[in-house]
Amino acid sequence: MEIAVNNLTKKYGSVTVLDAMNFTVDKGEILGFLGPNGAGKTTTMRILTGFLAPTSGDVKISNLDILDHSLETRQKIGYLPENNPLYNEMKVFEYLEFVARAKGIKNWRDEVKRTLAICKLGERADQVIGELSKGFKQRVGIAQALLGDPEIIIMDEPTSGLDPNQIVEIRNLIKEVGKTKTIILSTHILSEVQASCTRAIIINKGKIVATGTTEDLIRAAHGKSQLFITVSGKKEELETAIQALPGVEAIEYVLAHMPDEARYTITLAENIDVRKEISKLCVEKDVILLGMELKTLSLEDVFRQLTQ
Amino acid sequence: MNYSNSKAVFFKEIRSYFYSLSSYIFIIVFLTIITWLSFQNFFIIKQASMRGFASLLPWFFLFLIPALAMRIWSEEKRQGTHELLLTLPLTEWEVVLAKFLGGFSFIGVALLFSLPIPITLSRLGNLDWGPVVGMYIGAWLMGGALMALGQFISSLTKNQIVAFLLTAAASAMFIFVGTSLVLSKTGILSNFFYIISTITHFENLNKGVIDLRDVVYYVSFIGICLYLNVYVLNQRHWK
Repeated sequence: MEIAVNNLTKKYGSVTVLDAMNFTVDKGEILGFLGPNGAGKTTTMRILTGFLAPTSGDVKISNLDILDHSLETRQKIGYLPENNPLYNEMKVFEYLEFVARAKGIKNWRDEVKRTLAICKLGERADQVIGELSKGFKQRVGIAQALLGDPEIIIMDEPTSGLDPNQIVEIRNLIKEVGKTKTIILSTHILSEVQASCTRAIIINKGKIVATGTTEDLIRAAHGKSQLFITVSGKKEELETAIQALPGVEAIEYVLAHMPDEARYTITLAENIDVRKEISKLCVEKDVILLGMELKTLSLEDVFRQLTQ
Repeated sequence: MNYSNSKAVFFKEIRSYFYSLSSYIFIIVFLTIITWLSFQNFFIIKQASMRGFASLLPWFFLFLIPALAMRIWSEEKRQGTHELLLTLPLTEWEVVLAKFLGGFSFIGVALLFSLPIPITLSRLGNLDWGPVVGMYIGAWLMGGALMALGQFISSLTKNQIVAFLLTAAASAMFIFVGTSLVLSKTGILSNFFYIISTITHFENLNKGVIDLRDVVYYVSFIGICLYLNVYVLNQRHWK
């Protein structure tokens, strides 16, 4: 176990931002830290890197407490803070040189060249950071985190504000780096977790609400599926009849587009399909079935269910 | 103390002074006015001394040093780079000290640029080098003290203008309480004011006698400011 978070709590005055969080991260994992804005992601990242101290609880990296052995543990971490702060007036190479030397890397020149190559920044080395596009800036931020070959890389929203092409590039970069490193990244974008992470932790209001692989998480929502139907006619009778079907957990009326139409969202239990039954019922009850669509819950829905 | 890591921060600071426009304004304004005053003295009073330079220096520093110091932490906070800086394998003391030494060296460089003035004066007239050397040492130490004060104040805010104004106000206080006007009117307090003012010790050094007490004053002033700076940075670790 590389990182162990034990009972982590952070309070700002009377506001509890993190509430007794416990989790561990193993070597080689790419852990996605998922949560809506304001869930406590950035605070967690800041505590993991030793920038902030928790109110109570502790974080251990390879069994070393990050506050008691601050310098030692900092050496093991590469950090890309929120919003990727950079010295805009510096040139890419200068900036990486500064970070490499501040990290105490002896052969810093080779190390800067190595990270420039990984992040495909070679041609931009002499450019002023402030003049780079957002995607390149992000790569500079990641290159900076990779300097010194730290075992753990922590990235706070590494793809925020990038265009779809840049996002794909950065994700590939993360995957590439993740082959040999332990990575923790925070995001509020679900596809990010599905695309790059081996495991995810979903947090909400400072608490862990779910943890596991993306498959686990979808399964954790009980493999439930939803059925959307649109009908026209005497809907009251149909509604009670559907409710009575085995495997139907809930039926909810949603406003339809047309005045004489009705739309329902039906939540089904695990591995249940009632489409045939519903279509038979419609015939029996003399209701016209206009549309029917079965949808299994995506990670998106799981996320919304868990964090609302 | 991790010298090689701190050295990187020191050089980054030095570099940032030479990147920022305000540093160039600092050097140009400083040199222009100081040169003019010194030679005015020479040609009008026909006296080869740097007394004009010395008497006005504190009042220049009052505005110029806060302009240099305001960005030291405010800019890092505004850009968010302090988060990066403070998670590098460096202690708070190392970062604070490296930053201060960067600013201190920059003031040293600015003063070095003014050396042609005393050199020219000594060629033209009979310059007494004792007070000049004392004045330069005093100027560097006083500049350092105000720089450290500005660095501490800059760590309190991410707004550079606020940092500038607060530093200028605080510096003005430390200079003003040591002026003869204040000292002659404050009775018993004047002893206290004499000790805490940044200007009285500078005037002592101007006489060309390097008294250890004056040097100790500036070193402790800088030490206290940097300690407060570290204290502010450590606040983020409060539970």
